[in-house]
Amino acid sequence: MGKALDAGGHHDHHEIPWIRQYIFATDHKMIAKQFMFVSLFFLVVGGALAGMMRWQLGFPSQPMPGGMILPDAMMAPTPNGAIMLPEFYNSLVTMHGTIMIFFAIMPLLVGLFGNLLIPLQIGAEDMAFPRLNMVSFWLAVPAGILMLASFGVEGGAAGAGWTSYAPLSTSGEWTGVYLGQQLWLASLTILGFSSLVGSVNYISTVINMRAPGMTWFRMPLATWSLFVTAVLILLAIPILAGALIMLLFDQTIGTGFFRPEVGGEPLLWQHLFWFFGHPEVYILILPAMGITSEVLANRARKPIFGYHSMVLAIVGIGFLGWIVWGHHMFQSGMNPLLGTSFMISTMAIAVPSAIKVFNWLATLWKADIHLDVPMLHALAFVSMFIIGGLSGIFMANTPVDIYIHDTYFIVAHIHYVLFGGSLFAIFAGITFWFPKMFGRMMNEPLGKVHFVLTLIFYNLVFFPMHNLGLRGMMRRIYDFTQYEFLAPLQPMNQFITVFAFLLIATQVLFVINFFWSIFKGEKASENPWDSNTLEWTVPSPPPHGNFAEMPMVYRGPYEYSSPESDTDFLPQTTPPGGGSSGVPEPTPTPEGVEA
Amino acid sequence: MNWGDWSWMMPEGFSTFTAEVDSLYYLILWITGVTFFATEALLIYFIVRYRHKEGRKATYDHGSTKMEVVWTAIPLLILIGLGALSKGAWDRMKIDVPAGAMEIIVTAKQFEWNATYPGPDGALGTADDFDVLNQIHAPVDQPVWIHLRAEDVLHSLFLPEMRVKQDAVPGRDIPVWFEAMATGDYTIGCAELCGIGHTTMNGTLTIHSAADFQAWASARAEQRPQPQP
Amino acid sequence: MTPTTADRAPMAGMKVYNLKLGMWVFLLSEVMFFTGLIGAYIILRFAHPEAFAEPGVVLNVPLTAFNTFVLICSSVTMVKAFAAIEQGDQQGLQKWLLATILLGAFFVGVQIVEYTILTGEGFVPMAESYHAIARGAAEGSAVIGGPLYGATFYTMTGFHGTHVSIGVLCLCFTLWRARKGAYTAGSLGGVEIMGLYWHFVDLVWILLFTIVYLI
Ligand code: HEA
Ligand code: HEA
Ligand code: CUA
Ligand SMILES: [Cu+2]
Repeated sequence: MGKALDAGGHHDHHEIPWIRQYIFATDHKMIAKQFMFVSLFFLVVGGALAGMMRWQLGFPSQPMPGGMILPDAMMAPTPNGAIMLPEFYNSLVTMHGTIMIFFAIMPLLVGLFGNLLIPLQIGAEDMAFPRLNMVSFWLAVPAGILMLASFGVEGGAAGAGWTSYAPLSTSGEWTGVYLGQQLWLASLTILGFSSLVGSVNYISTVINMRAPGMTWFRMPLATWSLFVTAVLILLAIPILAGALIMLLFDQTIGTGFFRPEVGGEPLLWQHLFWFFGHPEVYILILPAMGITSEVLANRARKPIFGYHSMVLAIVGIGFLGWIVWGHHMFQSGMNPLLGTSFMISTMAIAVPSAIKVFNWLATLWKADIHLDVPMLHALAFVSMFIIGGLSGIFMANTPVDIYIHDTYFIVAHIHYVLFGGSLFAIFAGITFWFPKMFGRMMNEPLGKVHFVLTLIFYNLVFFPMHNLGLRGMMRRIYDFTQYEFLAPLQPMNQFITVFAFLLIATQVLFVINFFWSIFKGEKASENPWDSNTLEWTVPSPPPHGNFAEMPMVYRGPYEYSSPESDTDFLPQTTPPGGGSSGVPEPTPTPEGVEA
Repeated sequence: MNWGDWSWMMPEGFSTFTAEVDSLYYLILWITGVTFFATEALLIYFIVRYRHKEGRKATYDHGSTKMEVVWTAIPLLILIGLGALSKGAWDRMKIDVPAGAMEIIVTAKQFEWNATYPGPDGALGTADDFDVLNQIHAPVDQPVWIHLRAEDVLHSLFLPEMRVKQDAVPGRDIPVWFEAMATGDYTIGCAELCGIGHTTMNGTLTIHSAADFQAWASARAEQRPQPQP
Repeated sequence: MTPTTADRAPMAGMKVYNLKLGMWVFLLSEVMFFTGLIGAYIILRFAHPEAFAEPGVVLNVPLTAFNTFVLICSSVTMVKAFAAIEQGDQQGLQKWLLATILLGAFFVGVQIVEYTILTGEGFVPMAESYHAIARGAAEGSAVIGGPLYGATFYTMTGFHGTHVSIGVLCLCFTLWRARKGAYTAGSLGGVEIMGLYWHFVDLVWILLFTIVYLI
């Protein structure tokens, strides 16, 4: 085995104690699964919070079914049921946003796919620092526990929005939330460390541990996007950490960074938060774009259109993402002269996304499209991301943003990019790499039903929100019927709520499919999707150490339907000329590897 | 749901900003609308047209730089143009407060809007100023310059029918201006999460004819509780 | 199959060994962390000049200047330590590591002393109880600067101090391993990355000293 591959720091594979294998695991594949289970759990939690929010919005201040089981700090008990309290609604909004972004989508994209794909796709034995990788996961767990625990403490969970604008967030005096807000800050700081450690690992691994022949421009786009994402995390998280700690000091020991009453600067929080926050939203979309590119090219059996410009677009988004944060602050009281420059830079950043969208479309042109579940989700990603991206153009336009800022138009945007974008890509990714993770396929028919229902209900829930926004309905508002001019929106909100419940219910199909397939799904071959990339040249699931012998890479990852091969794919490892069969010789598993 | 509620039109506006904001909105609606239908139609066409059939083989094609340049340049030009086009409107609405505007102070605090008017002496910050709670009164066809302030946390003054929205920041005095074009009662809302009572922080903007406004103002000035010596 | 063309080098990456690369990458994020703090400080100071004081009025510049000198010396001893092990000189390594540890600890000690004096003079991070007066001024004379001054000072220097303290702990660990002969001229990665971190912390201090004390 190549010298470099020992950098993984394994000594002997022979008998790994149970605890080191499943709990304090250092194997990147196991850590990926750990991240997956934890963040899927948080996805369910976030969905449940959303459900409660939707009840209040669809049936304002009416008794919530089952609300009786919640403590009086959250629900006001009345003879005919419990009614949600405004402070609890604020906590719901805040925790829904926080949990979905930091504890569901981010760990799914970076923790799951980063860990699973990077070493496998570049032909490495494991991460550069396996133990550090374990630390990364075991920092995320306590962070999650703290975040959930904050629901139980005196004063309830944080209620200042996932953006926790100062001065509202600087003191319980304003919100009634003391400990909850502090737990929120502590939890995110710890989670920040976790992501940081993780990205140090990803970056080092990609730079140092690529197999022979795996040049930068032969790397699959998923790995490319995860690499750039890791760089964004590495540079953005420290900014957030600094801001969080300052806010925590304001909360606890009484410093005055963001407290105007003692000469502090509230807008400084917004600048720091969004200087992190905008790169963050690209952290949440780049890996999704990478996953989509993999699935799209593979299921269309066609080389990705314009591989190099796809890479450049990823890198370009990574750079431009740093100069647009002001578009969240057009109405904040920031010097309005800055508005125009931030509008222009924001417009410019739409262009790399445009390149990607058009290249995806061109990839489908004259292709051979296999519409199985991963592909369906990938296609949904493209079409939904277009909607979410285009709504961004309205908000980027300063005069129009005056009207739609902090309305449901923004909420619609959030969900089109994060659910329609990131989450559909996650569904695509999970169904696509499921066989590699568990050695079994997920159930196709059930998956298709879940996909169709999710796509329909999802659009019925979130598309009307654009309209709510246009009618002037503000976000983070507990009871919109308090406004005369919003009262007519009652039916539309009820409609949204009904389909939100259906959307949530539909996800049960995915849960069932997921767990059923782990145990009962049909056995998967080494390369069920006839794919070219390295992860498909090893057994499913791959043994500890991944590659029996150092793989040798001869070409780019998307050589589908190449004339060089008589099948419609040509693995990166097939030697030139040796491609006649197109199927790589099965790699023997090293003795003693089987767990 | 009552689909009558559904509309891509901006709701009716009553300030001089309406035309600027709404026309930009409709322009973007056109651009994005066309882009949307074009891209989605293409997507669906490809899915149907190139759906897998026995014996179909995808064309082996790595892309075309010419096409990519084209579809990079077009959005870039459209978007930068759009940005340049919007600068004027933004500056007029947020930077250049017109001369001869009527000045008032609006102070936000949990959870109320407090409007301060110059008394008979026509000057703010003097003893004869008077306040009104959760109401803003203004004359039609005259620019109103609001000194927007906040006492505790961030709030956001939202006058949907006037196409006005501006955060109020403690410790700052932010200029907000608009000119109403029709008399009537309109909405005051708070668009920035400001705590438990965020929802309830609303009020009424009343636009009077010039004469009525004078009458209202002097009447209010009378009722003002006399300051204790 | 042996690699033939250039791009089939035995390993596509591997210009530096993992540990060193990892440390460099980690230091990048550290740079951003301090950039955030310093950026915030600059913004606050421009927005509220009245909340800050002229150099040397509240802070004891000579004392800290001396402390800065101490930290720079510790960088030199760190270099010596690395040079020693490059020659395979175990004694030298341990000697110079120990020197670095002592100098680092001394720096932290002086900072603690400085903090106690300053807090005694009412220069505290807590906004409500801030009442710093000019050094040597009589009790109850005019308060200088404002809460932001105390808050930013203690946050920036405090975070740096934490970095130094962590560095000292890691140095002790390195020394302990050195005594067990863990490093040789051939494998000195541990010492090298320790040095990288230490020099970084030193560099940051020179920046902070300039910005917080001298400007
Ligand atoms: C995955 C996350 C994600 C992504 C990818 C984006 C992408 C974009 N976002 Fe969004 N955004 C969020 C997540 C995201 N956003 C969130 C969570 C918020 C709310 C934060 C809060 O709580 O306040 C927000 C808020 C937000 C605001 C602030 C609104 C306000 O508060 O008033 C703005 C304003 O400019 C904005 C703009 C954009 C733009 C221009 C893009 C662009 O990158 C989109 C580019 C893509 C396209 C444009 C579509 C494809 C392109 C074509 C089909 C080519 C042709 C197009 C044209 C010619 C127009 N976003
Ligand atoms: C990725 C992020 C994400 C996701 C997926 C969602 C999902 C949903 N969100 Fe939300 N949302 C945000 C991010 C997200 N949201 C953010 C950032 C905000 C702003 C917060 C703020 O203002 O501070 C927000 C705000 C927000 C609001 C505005 C509240 C307000 O401003 O007052 C509303 C209102 O309807 C809403 C509703 C919903 C609904 C109905 C869903 C539904 O789609 C939920 C459907 C259910 C699920 C998606 C979970 C299903 C579970 C699985 C599929 C996994 C199961 C599998 C196994 C266990 C194996 N969200
Ligand atoms: Cu005031 Cu919301
Ligand atoms: Cu943004």
